[in-house]
Amino acid sequence: MMKSTLKRVMPQIIILALVLAANFLVFRGFFHVEFQHGRLFGNLIDVLNRGAPTALLATGMTLVIATRGIDLSVGAVMAIAGAVAASAVVGGAHWTLAVLLALAAGAACGLWNGVLVAIFRIQPIVATLVLMVAGRGIGQLLTEGAILTFNDPGLIRLGAGTIAAVPTPIWIWIAVACVVGLVIRRSALGLLIEAVGINQTSSRLAGINARVLLIAVYLVSGLCAALAGVIVAADIKGADANNAGLWMELDAILAVVIGGNSLLGGRFSITASLLGALIIQGVNSLILLSGMPVEFNLVIKALIIIAILVIQSPRVRHSLYLLRASTGPVLRERPKPAPRTPQEEGQS
Amino acid sequence: MNILKSLLASAAILVPAVAMAEGETIGFSQIGSESGWRAAETTVTKQQAEERGYDLKFADAQQKQENQIKAIRSFVAQGVDAILLAPVVATGWEEVLEEAKDADIPVILLDRNIDAPEDLYMTAVTSDQVHEGMVAGNWLVEAVGDAECPVVELQGTTGSSPAISRKKGFEEAIAAADNISITRSQTGDFTRAQGKVVMESFLKSEGGENICALYAHNDDMAVGAIQAIKEAGLKPGEDIKIVSIDSVPDIHLAMKAGEANATVELTPNMAGPAFDVLEAYWKDGTMPPKWIQTESKLYTSDDDNAAIYESKKDLGY
Amino acid sequence: MAMPEPVLHARGISKFFPGAIALDDVELALYPGEVHALLGENGAGKSTLIKCVTGAYSRDGGTIALSGAEIDPRDPLDSQSLGIGTVYQEVNLLENLTVAENLFLGRQPMRWGMVDHRRMKREARDILRDYGLDIDPGRLLSSYSIAIQQIVAIARAVELSGKVLILDEPTASLDHDEVQLLFSVIERLKGRGLAIVFITHFLDQVFAISDRATILRNGRVVGTRRLADVSQTEIVTLMLGRQLEAATHHRAHSEPGELLLSLKGFGKRGSIEPFDMEIREGEVVGLAGLLGSGRSETANVVFGVVAADQGTAELRGRGLRITNPREAIRNRFALCPEDRKTDGIVGDLSVRENIILSLQARQGWHRPIPRAKAEEIAQHYVKALDIRLASLDMPIRLLSGGNQQKALLARWLATEPELLILDEPTRGIDVGAHAEIIALIEDLREKGMALIVASSEMEELVAYSSRIVVLRDRRQVGELTGHEISTKSIVEAIAAEDAA
Repeated sequence: MMKSTLKRVMPQIIILALVLAANFLVFRGFFHVEFQHGRLFGNLIDVLNRGAPTALLATGMTLVIATRGIDLSVGAVMAIAGAVAASAVVGGAHWTLAVLLALAAGAACGLWNGVLVAIFRIQPIVATLVLMVAGRGIGQLLTEGAILTFNDPGLIRLGAGTIAAVPTPIWIWIAVACVVGLVIRRSALGLLIEAVGINQTSSRLAGINARVLLIAVYLVSGLCAALAGVIVAADIKGADANNAGLWMELDAILAVVIGGNSLLGGRFSITASLLGALIIQGVNSLILLSGMPVEFNLVIKALIIIAILVIQSPRVRHSLYLLRASTGPVLRERPKPAPRTPQEEGQS
Repeated sequence: MNILKSLLASAAILVPAVAMAEGETIGFSQIGSESGWRAAETTVTKQQAEERGYDLKFADAQQKQENQIKAIRSFVAQGVDAILLAPVVATGWEEVLEEAKDADIPVILLDRNIDAPEDLYMTAVTSDQVHEGMVAGNWLVEAVGDAECPVVELQGTTGSSPAISRKKGFEEAIAAADNISITRSQTGDFTRAQGKVVMESFLKSEGGENICALYAHNDDMAVGAIQAIKEAGLKPGEDIKIVSIDSVPDIHLAMKAGEANATVELTPNMAGPAFDVLEAYWKDGTMPPKWIQTESKLYTSDDDNAAIYESKKDLGY
Repeated sequence: MAMPEPVLHARGISKFFPGAIALDDVELALYPGEVHALLGENGAGKSTLIKCVTGAYSRDGGTIALSGAEIDPRDPLDSQSLGIGTVYQEVNLLENLTVAENLFLGRQPMRWGMVDHRRMKREARDILRDYGLDIDPGRLLSSYSIAIQQIVAIARAVELSGKVLILDEPTASLDHDEVQLLFSVIERLKGRGLAIVFITHFLDQVFAISDRATILRNGRVVGTRRLADVSQTEIVTLMLGRQLEAATHHRAHSEPGELLLSLKGFGKRGSIEPFDMEIREGEVVGLAGLLGSGRSETANVVFGVVAADQGTAELRGRGLRITNPREAIRNRFALCPEDRKTDGIVGDLSVRENIILSLQARQGWHRPIPRAKAEEIAQHYVKALDIRLASLDMPIRLLSGGNQQKALLARWLATEPELLILDEPTRGIDVGAHAEIIALIEDLREKGMALIVASSEMEELVAYSSRIVVLRDRRQVGELTGHEISTKSIVEAIAAEDAA
């Protein structure tokens, strides 16, 4: 089980290693991490810390995409959640209540998307587009179009603080990913979600409650987005509904794709999506550290991402497979046409 | 008969004269509410109109030119006395401005200029963004004196005109000072969050002790950067001087706390000068110049930042 | 007949899928003017061979020579331009274009830089006359029957390619007359010197039209025969690697057990007229009727795929409402749907996961079936139903049709159903698997399970049904029991004048 997971995410690990190595090439101090003013300080920590929103979004997005859906609203939900949390603490609420309210707002958004997709059978891309457009407006209403600044130390600690010298966002995304990953894989949810994503009709006839599953994945996506929104707001001590989470849905989808998950649903790996999120953040870091003129930012990012996706394309992968098959020991031990005993085989 | 004639004539003269004295109707087509500054501009415009006794018809275009064109057409149809336009884009205005001109309604552009024949609008009230950058640069040149000063720059959204102009003005101001140079320059997209992220990377790639000052193209990015500097264990405002542009309330709070040093105001009061121009025009037909530059006022930590914050905090920034 | 130089000669073709060899050193030689049947059970490698020859799959070994020159088609389009045209069972033309546009798509006759519609129509008419079709090429393709669409597809393929024509199950959705029409076209093309590959499950058709046949089994060629020299039995024996049992006939059944399900006035407006039905343990109720008569609709309404809007149901004497498949499954119903691919298998999931899927869905997400247990269940059914696969971990879509069907049966048997509904359980699967599934149905009945089987194969229904319900125009028109059961009486019931 462990071995097959490792095999599944190996391409992402290699790409991440390459991106980090490129960071090291442009800035020799990249891997240097020191303990300073009560917190770990270094570029590697930054990648983990700054990758938190994308990683959280990618966790939920992976599940949504596994059902052959997509959630375009996550960026807007971040803005709403940040605005809700900020309004609550500014209004005098305790920060824990503020976070709970933000999560409730995220859950409500997720539920809305889920109901549109599962009950009203609106195509996910259209259903979530509604909230993508309207959601930012809702956030702006809450903050009245301005940055709503707050000074609640409890809330700020979620974005800018540390626990055991490690920035809080890192703890949060790793914890969320572990909880979601464990629940999905220790229960039968993973299998059922994949079944629904591959063939919804067959799944329904096999007795799977596709509606509830669909609503659930959008709910999880909404919750993840809300958490990301709280972190982003806490990080800058203010809810910036105009800019919080802007275009983040695209980064989240990209993370899932870099993670080798198919947009057509089915088989998924949250671990791979998280690596995808770190790869994106690694590329962002590379751009910042390279000191290139800003006009090159998007070009560099595009080129790197195209390269990553081409390496993962079926054609290149098949060539690599054949290359290995023709040189490695695979060829000498050709599989029997129809052996009756099943062999240990990794998922392809 | 004669008396009646003269009475009618005087009434005909009197009626418009009375309308001019109070209660002019002015249409304002605003871009949207994409930033705090924009919200403040809307608030100040409404305040100004109220103070002067105008009836302001406000239309939020939600970043769409077609909405602005619709709004202007409806203003013309309602027969407003003047139109304020904060244009979302520079091109494509000829036709609708022609309609306003045919209806003899003066149009004043706020905050941004357009590519159209000058006779289609009365004037444009805008700030000079190159000048803003220069004011910021001049302050820094004066503040550091002869000391060696490597500067990091947080640019606005790549390719946007404020980013280009504010960079240009600043560079011109520091060109003569050999001791000041820009060592790192990256875009922070005008947002607090990106300002913080990019400053974090500057602090690591340059080393905090090697940065003398930060120049941010807007205050939001500066506020984000201040947090990054604090988290790196340095004192913003002392270890690293901070100068930015816009004069939003939060930067005055930071200046009050000694965490920022200077900001150049982009005044949200574009309507004030516009209304002055209109009043002069209505009074004796004075035509204003085609460009009215708003003041780019410099605030530093020597000002009463607490008071400035109080005066600005409710404008909607 | 055999000429010295084959027009297409594929040698040593090999194709590996992860964990399986799909083709192993396969040779196929086609001579001009011959119809060459490609035969084999599902999963024998027929489709894979065609895909390798046309470039749809990249082969992992072997050479292809066309008219003596070696070729290496990158994709079906490439092979088409080289001279190998392919027509599939599902017509792959554009229904919303006219017949003429479909024929000339991509090579329209031009005049003054515009498509010359008049000339295009004229030429299309001429071409189609050669195929024995006198139709208006200016009408939409969708306005013609599947058979005509198929011939248009053939005409296009031949006009574009002209050396080799591959027909992949062209007759699967045609009726008798349409098959004859198609065969006449094939005869004409044969006369023009084309080499034609004919893939089908219908052995009678093979003997009616083909000159030679290459038989595949387990990815290898087991023989190439001139059909004039062999019997059907010999071919089937080659395909299966064993002797086929004699034709089935109705066998005596043991007495059915307790009443399980009783439906009264059960129906769904617009889908199936209200009907009464009783099913006992150890009983097979056959659903007979023509295509569209309401067989599948009956199966679906019982299983709750569409919820009944009238009538009552009783399970072992107590009332029951079934509005969706989940409730049906909770009451130990099971349904193998007619369309395996779209409604049955979950293609990318492994065979093991497919087998435990319904059991898992019934247990709920919070009670996962442990891996070892799942392995054990899957293993059990793979053995019991003789499902042929390389590994339980392979995606089920890579299995052949017959093996997919068996895996679906395994999925439902794993839920230990009391009522098993099978909709066309033997459609599109090979002779061997066919016989095994019939044997399985009889075995389950003997063990006391209640079954409803909808099938268009009357002989099959006669063989295993305890009772047969006959449907016409979405209503029940008769029920046959005991000695009444025969194909003749089914046909009579279907054909009888409406009594109501």
